[in-house]
Amino acid sequence: MKIGNLPQKAGLLGAMRVVRWVGVVGLEIHAQINSESKLFSSSRVQFAAPPNSTVSFFDASLPGTLPVINRRCIEAAVMTGLALNCSINKKSLFDRKHYFYADLPAGYQITQQRLPVAVNGTLTYRHQVGAKWNQMLTKCVRIKQVQLEQDSGKSLHDEIRRQTLVDLNRAGVGLMEIVMEPDMSCGEEAAAAVRELQLILQALGTCNANMSEGQMRVDANISVHRPGEPYGVRTEVKNINSARFLAKAIDYEIQRQVDVLENGGTNLNETRAFDYKLGATIPMRDKEGKQDYRFMPEPNLPPLVLYDSNSLPANADPDQIINIDLIRKNQPELPSVIRERLVEQYGILPEQSFILVNEEGLQEYFQTVVRMTNVDPKKIIGWLINDLLGHLRQQNLTIKQSPVSPVALAELLTLLDNGSISSSAAKQVFQELCKGGEKTPAEIIKEKNLGLLKDRMQLEEICQRILNGHQKEVAEIRQGNHKIMNKLIGLVQKATKGRADPVLVKSILEEKVLS
Amino acid sequence: MLGMSLREAAAALRLGQIKPTELCQKCLSFIKETSFLNAYITVTEDFALKQAAEADERFIQGKPLGDLDGIPIAIKDNFSTAGIETTCASRMLKGYIAPYNATVVQKLFDQGAVFMGKTNLDEFAMGSGSTDSIFGPVKNPWSYSRSYIDKTSLSHHAAKDDSDWVITGGSSGGSACAVSAGTCYLAIGSDTGGSTRNPASHCGVVGLKPTYGLVSRHGLIPLVNSMDVPGIVTRCVDDAATVLGVLAGHDPYDSTTIQDPFQPFSLPEKVDVRNVCIGIPKEYHAPGLSAEILSLWSETADLLENAGAKVVEVSLPHTPYSIVCYHVLCTAEVASNMARFDGLEYGHRSDIDDSTEALYAATRREGFNEVVRGRILSGNYFLLKRNYEKYFVKAQKVRRLIADDFVKVFNSGVHVLLTPTTLGDAAPYLEFIQEDNRTRSAQEDVFTQCANMAGLPAVTVPAALSSRGLPLGLQFIGRAFCEQQLLTIAKWFEKQIDFSPLQFNRDSENGNIVQQYSKSASSV
Repeated sequence: MKIGNLPQKAGLLGAMRVVRWVGVVGLEIHAQINSESKLFSSSRVQFAAPPNSTVSFFDASLPGTLPVINRRCIEAAVMTGLALNCSINKKSLFDRKHYFYADLPAGYQITQQRLPVAVNGTLTYRHQVGAKWNQMLTKCVRIKQVQLEQDSGKSLHDEIRRQTLVDLNRAGVGLMEIVMEPDMSCGEEAAAAVRELQLILQALGTCNANMSEGQMRVDANISVHRPGEPYGVRTEVKNINSARFLAKAIDYEIQRQVDVLENGGTNLNETRAFDYKLGATIPMRDKEGKQDYRFMPEPNLPPLVLYDSNSLPANADPDQIINIDLIRKNQPELPSVIRERLVEQYGILPEQSFILVNEEGLQEYFQTVVRMTNVDPKKIIGWLINDLLGHLRQQNLTIKQSPVSPVALAELLTLLDNGSISSSAAKQVFQELCKGGEKTPAEIIKEKNLGLLKDRMQLEEICQRILNGHQKEVAEIRQGNHKIMNKLIGLVQKATKGRADPVLVKSILEEKVLS
Repeated sequence: MLGMSLREAAAALRLGQIKPTELCQKCLSFIKETSFLNAYITVTEDFALKQAAEADERFIQGKPLGDLDGIPIAIKDNFSTAGIETTCASRMLKGYIAPYNATVVQKLFDQGAVFMGKTNLDEFAMGSGSTDSIFGPVKNPWSYSRSYIDKTSLSHHAAKDDSDWVITGGSSGGSACAVSAGTCYLAIGSDTGGSTRNPASHCGVVGLKPTYGLVSRHGLIPLVNSMDVPGIVTRCVDDAATVLGVLAGHDPYDSTTIQDPFQPFSLPEKVDVRNVCIGIPKEYHAPGLSAEILSLWSETADLLENAGAKVVEVSLPHTPYSIVCYHVLCTAEVASNMARFDGLEYGHRSDIDDSTEALYAATRREGFNEVVRGRILSGNYFLLKRNYEKYFVKAQKVRRLIADDFVKVFNSGVHVLLTPTTLGDAAPYLEFIQEDNRTRSAQEDVFTQCANMAGLPAVTVPAALSSRGLPLGLQFIGRAFCEQQLLTIAKWFEKQIDFSPLQFNRDSENGNIVQQYSKSASSV
């Protein structure tokens, strides 16, 4: 781009408009490996265990102890690398990264700085662009690498007594550090990419990926620039513990950086933390910023060598060897494949399949309802997305906490489908179910007298009453304005609280008005 | 009895000539008698007597566990021992009690060995004199030998005082001293640049450094992980082979140990060296090599040649770069390995606790001696991002070249290399401490640390006495995992030499070891 053209172009568009700033976002994600024991020791991995109860001699860095790698962790990293379309390095190496911190007992972390287990992958994700759920865009982010490393312990600072307590339960738990290239431009994209990654890890079983429990921790590298220009100075935002806060933190930080630049300032290369109460990023006490980690090869671990079916040595002991091809073969179904299958199997829309897979537990819920009723899945999904999910979101509930069980919904939709109730009565029953009582839809219908009104005599009487009160409308219909008929039908339904058989009502009204 | 080899003692136990408890008590009382040598940091008397009593029971039942059952042993104080203090001769770990046994310790216990105590060393095994210990220096028992007293009092008529004793070498000086003096039959040392072979040579005993990866390092408090190997100190080569058979093999706690099973071996009684090719590396004519050792070296080459061995001069061209390369790699790993000693989980903790950083700094300044602190500083310097390529990576490349030198020589048909172990005999303490630890380590490790760089097995065998009546050793370096061949040749040499072990200079009247030179000089 010729710089000289810029003002002119801007001028053409009007003096008010300059070329927009664009956010550039890359992510570093630490995913705790879902394994029985730690990366290099046999101590248990257990969330919320009593402090320092799952600490081996190695985890406490007792002198003379040595790391022994956990096969399950290697397999998890390979599985994850494969699912992210990475190439798996047949040989990878471990390094020591040195820094002093109270919850890092050895004074170094064992990681894979030089040669990680998986590199050069991609992650495809979709995200909503407008206000409507069915306006989605497909995007792709490059995965730089997946590396194995140790988690640290936890420091608990007691400000009052001026002391720090250290819990080493987490020290040495296996982590996969997944590095996403700066291919995202806003919080929404980053959150969608992280959500997709969560689903993949959960499908693989390599990580529970619960951000609030710290099983997945996301740091964002954020900068802004004008398209065509080099990237700006980036900041790193840490302490983000949910996908929602991730989006907020990124968008806040992009705007903050733009404001700094717009006001003629410069952004600093710094580490910031997201304060969810303030909804803002704030600078961290930056001791780590300029640290020299003095990386060194880990001398106690031989190179991690992986095989494929072609390179498998003869007479190899399968317990001593990891075969990439075998892992690939046994890979579980990934979210993208599940979505395609759902579209094909149930005739639902791709956007609907996204919601089904992305909402935890919704897919199982859907499939239970489908199993229990003959109602067209396309109708079921509408109820799930519009009514059930709408309600749950409003009440801030998860699928698991839903007051409406799949059994109840299936019963309700069956009654609706076989004409036992009208759709507006169905909505009323649904509202009733949402209140969370013990009653079944049939019981509610009976109790509230919501069953479809099919008694012709009774309906004729009601219709006549409506017609009597609306002579003007009747006259208009007779003059040929048939649209008015719908108004009359609506009035009948209103009078019957939506219970009247719509087919019957229509035919009675037509008979009475037009004959 | 205490002068016997391990095998002989084992035979005596088996024949019922002595009971394990009796042998243990003899050793314990001799440890007390020779406590002035400062070989032991901790003597585990109660523990030893309990183990010996258990061994007694097994012998009574006629079910001893093996060659080591009931045999008194000692362990260098940088191996973790459950329930028994492990200090590394450092203030940093004084009072530290490990909750587990190092694999080598456990294997020895499983064989019924009787544990006499933890032996003295240079702090964190950094040194070549066993002079830099917070528990004071180890004295070479040969300082109190008839041969040394006789020779030195003939040459110097001046009265000597107690500080004329000579050093053991190091850093496993306590282990070499313990075996040489006769307080145990086997001592475990560690060998990173020569720390087992150097003191073994100065104390007139056999010191074996096995191939890297053959013996587990689990529980050995590391100096340089990529070079450390547990070392074996015994009175004869056969004993070293016996002990290796117990210690060698895969350890699930040490990922760098060999996967293949190890076959224990014993050495043949009659050794024929006619089909053996011995290499004499010309680069080992190093500056400072004493005339005595040089002639001993060449006489031994002749001895082998005369016995029908093929003796060839070979070249290991990168040898001169080894020491400086070792220095970079060693300090870098030291800087890393020592990072865990921060006063939080175990060991010394300073009272200065204004902040976590202040606590770290004070703890480490108070806990480590100057040698350790110096190595940490240089190591961290070499690992800085801006220096890493220039120093660490370069040193790794040189290390590869050094290892390749050996591969080439062994591929040319050489079976074993014959070299000196040390430049000369043991130096008097006062002379030794004239130079700083770093200079001494660079001088003393010159013939030994190449084997660590290349991961090769090497053994020092006592060969002769110097003109001062002190032991001189020669070193054999073998091919990786070819300990059997190496020790077979070493055994042949040992038989030819028939080195006579240490004889303490005892008072003719009361039979006590004479500790004062002035007295002995007057008594001569």
